Amino acid sequence: MRHLSSLLLSLLIAAFSSLAMAQENAPDVLVKNITTEVIGIIKQDKEIQAGNPKKIADVVESRILPHFSFTRMTQIAVAVNWRRATPEQQKILTDEFKTLLVRTYSNALSLYRNQVIEFKPLRMRPDDTEVAVKSEIRQRGAQPVTLDYDMERTPAGWKVFDVKVSGVSLITNYREEFAAQVRESGIDGLIKTLVLKNRGARSEKT
Amino acid sequence: MMVLPGIRRLCAAALLVGLLAGCATTGDGGARDPLEPINRAIFGFNETFDQVLMKPVAEGYRAVLPELVRAGVTNFFSNIEDVWIAANNLLQGKPENALQDVMRVAINTVIGLGGLIDVASDAGLDKHNEDFGQTLGRWGIGSGPYIVLPFLGASTLRDGIGLLGVDYAVEPVWNLDHIPTRNTLYAGRTVNARSDALDAVRVMEEAALDKYRFVRDSYLQRRRSLIYDGDPPREREPDAPSSALPAAMQAAVEETGIEILLPRPDAGALIAYPGMTGAWPVARSFR
Repeated sequence: MRHLSSLLLSLLIAAFSSLAMAQENAPDVLVKNITTEVIGIIKQDKEIQAGNPKKIADVVESRILPHFSFTRMTQIAVAVNWRRATPEQQKILTDEFKTLLVRTYSNALSLYRNQVIEFKPLRMRPDDTEVAVKSEIRQRGAQPVTLDYDMERTPAGWKVFDVKVSGVSLITNYREEFAAQVRESGIDGLIKTLVLKNRGARSEKT
Repeated sequence: MMVLPGIRRLCAAALLVGLLAGCATTGDGGARDPLEPINRAIFGFNETFDQVLMKPVAEGYRAVLPELVRAGVTNFFSNIEDVWIAANNLLQGKPENALQDVMRVAINTVIGLGGLIDVASDAGLDKHNEDFGQTLGRWGIGSGPYIVLPFLGASTLRDGIGLLGVDYAVEPVWNLDHIPTRNTLYAGRTVNARSDALDAVRVMEEAALDKYRFVRDSYLQRRRSLIYDGDPPREREPDAPSSALPAAMQAAVEETGIEILLPRPDAGALIAYPGMTGAWPVARSFR
C-alpha cells in the first residue's frame, strides 16, 4: 500500500515535470516541432493541397495560432495609437488583426510544395527572454527564402510575436499601414478598413 | 561601346530624379518617401500595365508550359545572372561567396545542361542575391528617397542608379547585338519572372490594406535585409505597450504628451514626440 502510493506519487511528479518541460521547450525546438507537424498535415490532406481555404484556416487556427502572442503583435502594430484606443476599440482591433493574419498565413501555407525547410543553429543565452529562431526554405534557381520567428518567453512558454519573410517583417509593415490609416481617418477609420478588408476577402471566397 | 548606353541611362536616371525632387511634396511616408504623390501615380500606371498586359500573359504562359520547362527558363537566366552576382560579391569584399557563385556557374553550365538545371543548389552551393544597388549600400551609401520606376517598379535613388546605370549596362541579355534575339530573350525572361511571382503577389494583395504602402515598406525592409545578407542590425524597438511603463512615467506621458519608448538593453532611452512614429528614415539606418 505504501509502495503503491509512493509509486503513484513519483509517477505524478514525473508526469508534471515532463509537462513543465514540454511547456519550457526551447524556442527552436518548438518551431521545428510545429513546422514538422503542419507540413505533415499538409502532405496528407488532399483538400489543403487543392487550396481549400476553410481547411487551411483550421490548421492555422488550431496548430499555429496557440503559439502566437496576439496581444503583443497587435500592440506593436498599432503602436502609440494602442494607448489612445478605448478597451472596446482594442478588442476589435485585436480580433480583426487576428483574422487578417490567419488569412495571410493560410494563403502563404497553401503555396507549400514540398520545399525543404532548414533551421539554423539557435543563438541564445540561458537568461534571454527574446530570441530569433531562423530558418530558410530552400528552392532551386533562387536564393533560399529566409523565415525568421521573433519569440518571447511568457509564463505559457515561448510565443511568436513577429515573422520575417525574406527579411520583411509583417508586423513592421502593418505598423506603417496602421499609422497611416489612423492619421487619415482615426482609430475608427482603421477598424473600418480592417473590417471591410476581412469581409471582402470572405465574400470573394464564397 | 558597352559603357556608353549605361552612362546615358545613368544621366537619364539622374535627370528624372532631379525633376522629381524639384516638385517634391511630403506624403505620409515622411522622410523615406518624399515623392509619394508622384510615386503613387507611377505605381498606378504600373498596376494598370500589369493588370492589362503582364499578368494575363504570365498566367497564359503558366497555363501553357509545364512546370519543368518554366523551371528550366528560370534556371537558365538565373545562371547568367550568377556571373554578375559573383562580381558584386567581389566588389563587396566577399571572395568566398564570389568563388561559390563562379563554381555555381561552372557546374550548372557544364553538368546542368547550359544552366537549365540548377545542380549546384542540390550540391549545397546556395544562390546569392546581389546587385549593384546592394554593393553601393555595402559601401555605405544611403538609399535616398523611395522611387517607383515606370514598368520596373519599387526602387530607391541609389538602387535605381545601380539598376539602370550599372546592372543593365553590364547585363549580357540586354547588351546582345542581335536585336530580335535580345528582345525575345528579354521578353521571355520578364514573362517568366512575372509568372514565378503570381502566387506571391496574390498573397501580398490579400495581406495589404494599401498595396502602395505595403509594397514600399516591404521593398525598403527587403533591401536593408539584403545589404546585410539577411542579418541586419536590430532597429529601434517599436512602441512598447503602455502597461509596461511605471505609473509615474505613465502620468508624465499623459501630462506632457511625450511618448517614452522603453529602452532595449542595447539602446539608450529613446524619446519620441507624438506623430514621429510612422516616419523613421530608412536611409539613416544604412550605416
